[in-house]
Amino acid sequence: MTRSPSTPASEVSGTGEQRKRPRSRPAPGLQHGKYGFIVTFLLLPVGLYVLYSVSPYLQAFFYSLTDWGGFTPDYEVIGFENYTDLFSDDQFLVALGNNAILMLIVPAATVILGLFFASMLNVGRHGKTGITGVRGSGVYKIVYFFPQVLSIAIVGVLFKYVFAPTNSGGILNNILVGIGLDSLAVPWLGDPRFAFWCVVLVMIWSFVGFYVVLFSAAMQSIPKDVYEAALLDGANRWTTFWKLTLPLVWDTVQVGWVYMVIQAIDGFALVNIMLGGGGGPNQSGDVLGVMLYRSLFDDGKAGFASAIGVILLLMTLFISVVFMRLARRERVEY
Amino acid sequence: MAATSPTTVETPPAPPAEKKVNRSGVGAGAGVLNLLNGTFLLIWGLITTLPLLWAIVSSFKTNREFLTAPFGVPGAPQLDNYSRAWTVANIGDYFFNSVIVVVFSVPLTMIIGAMAAYVLARYEFPGNRIVYFGFVSGLLCPVFLAVVPLFFVVNNTGQLPVIGQFLGINSLPSLILVYVAFSLPFTVFFMTAFFRTQSTSVAEAAIVDGCGHFALFFRVMLPMAKPGLISIGLFNVLGHWNQYVLPVVLVNEEDKKVLAQGLAALAVSQGYRGDWTALFAGLVLALAPVLIVYVLFQKQVQAGLTAGVLK
Repeated sequence: MTRSPSTPASEVSGTGEQRKRPRSRPAPGLQHGKYGFIVTFLLLPVGLYVLYSVSPYLQAFFYSLTDWGGFTPDYEVIGFENYTDLFSDDQFLVALGNNAILMLIVPAATVILGLFFASMLNVGRHGKTGITGVRGSGVYKIVYFFPQVLSIAIVGVLFKYVFAPTNSGGILNNILVGIGLDSLAVPWLGDPRFAFWCVVLVMIWSFVGFYVVLFSAAMQSIPKDVYEAALLDGANRWTTFWKLTLPLVWDTVQVGWVYMVIQAIDGFALVNIMLGGGGGPNQSGDVLGVMLYRSLFDDGKAGFASAIGVILLLMTLFISVVFMRLARRERVEY
Repeated sequence: MAATSPTTVETPPAPPAEKKVNRSGVGAGAGVLNLLNGTFLLIWGLITTLPLLWAIVSSFKTNREFLTAPFGVPGAPQLDNYSRAWTVANIGDYFFNSVIVVVFSVPLTMIIGAMAAYVLARYEFPGNRIVYFGFVSGLLCPVFLAVVPLFFVVNNTGQLPVIGQFLGINSLPSLILVYVAFSLPFTVFFMTAFFRTQSTSVAEAAIVDGCGHFALFFRVMLPMAKPGLISIGLFNVLGHWNQYVLPVVLVNEEDKKVLAQGLAALAVSQGYRGDWTALFAGLVLALAPVLIVYVLFQKQVQAGLTAGVLK
């Protein structure tokens, strides 16, 4: 019952390519009224999707080439001026740099931690009965997943107070003071050197559990006798991980990585909540999502804001394509 | 998913010789390493749970206790924090708005998503592929690309005759429809895969029994898709309940805000004037329902949330 979602889906993705799909199955008895039925069923979903999703996506490209302010009807097409403005804007470069950190460091750290914990949970225990997961791994898989079900906004509020100054009850600084490290108890979110890195840590915190569960599912599907054979050959943990586990879950790692880049790209909620709409101390923690929001609602520059949206899309696509290329490997069959 | 049956795996080889090899191969130091592994796992477990636990404990303290005894337990549980959060801080309004939105948006997403997916999966017609890839390509687009025009699209729907008064900015029906539109790519993608695998013999039997297109879908195929609907439904419940970006863009009136957004606004604007414990009470009110749903349905939730990546 619980496994049904992933199993049928994976079976189908292969057959779809081969055009063997059981399309038009209700034929031959039910040709009558087929098109009326199809139109009735597609009207609402396609209509809503086009109105609220497709049309804004397409309009964004057009507006990014205009000087539209947003709250007046008139605008002029100005070509790529918004884009050239962006790249000569220092604040944009700060935000772009921070987005690059979110898109590179957060996924890298999350994948490493996720693989580390998942391999411990599933194949981490070397005992008399061979390689198994550690005791209590079921409980860990439940607990690690907690941050994933919470709203990123709630996570942001929670950590705004975790990192708060000592006299505002910030628990991190109270712990640091409690263990005698008073000098480390700085105002984390108020210091341009640390503010954005706090956001990075919180994002990693909120992602890791999901990837532990994801990689666990992939590791569970590796046959146990593969590990037993490795054990017989005297492979240690390190070799087992690099030569066995990692190649066998690499597909999942790759897809998970791209998925995470898309998730991490805006960084809007955490920065907006933890550091504020201005982007934190000296605007050092600014990200493109927050800058876009400011450009639209504070500065009334809808065309300029749309250009930031287009840049975000290009970044997503670029990183996805590059990573898929780099990470392509022989698929291991087992 | 984790259908491990250790007994069946172990019994076939089972000679004592294997155990000996085992021990000489990696056995030395295995106990220490096992312990080390356990410690790392425990540490991450604490990193995950302690902030949540801190929020829950703090929500029962007085503001004085919160500042002066950060590690202490509350002298007496301050339930008043919750009533202040609920009424003074408007968490009650936000909570109801979130409930209303999810109650309408999730069933609507599931029904029209399943309708589209069913037609795309099981009927051949010109444009089938175009519609399908139209939906699926939405999975790759960052919401932020759409944000600017979306605000104006929604704003303009407020000018429509008759229905305009229910739509526009600051309207929960608008928010519901936008949530539906942005959940369709994933829902359609997943449910299409699901409907393709459904048995055709049952469908054929139903047709022989005189089912039309509509009856076949609503009385046979949709009920058969229940496991998929539950997984993706849970995924959408969490996604819609937790949504932050869309309401921040589309709703700015105080009494129309949803929970995550309202709570974040409280924390950001410092509108709390030092009433930390009520803020934590609001935080607990926001995270408790999802944590409860998750713990009750954790297998389905994990399956639903990871399905998006595993395909």
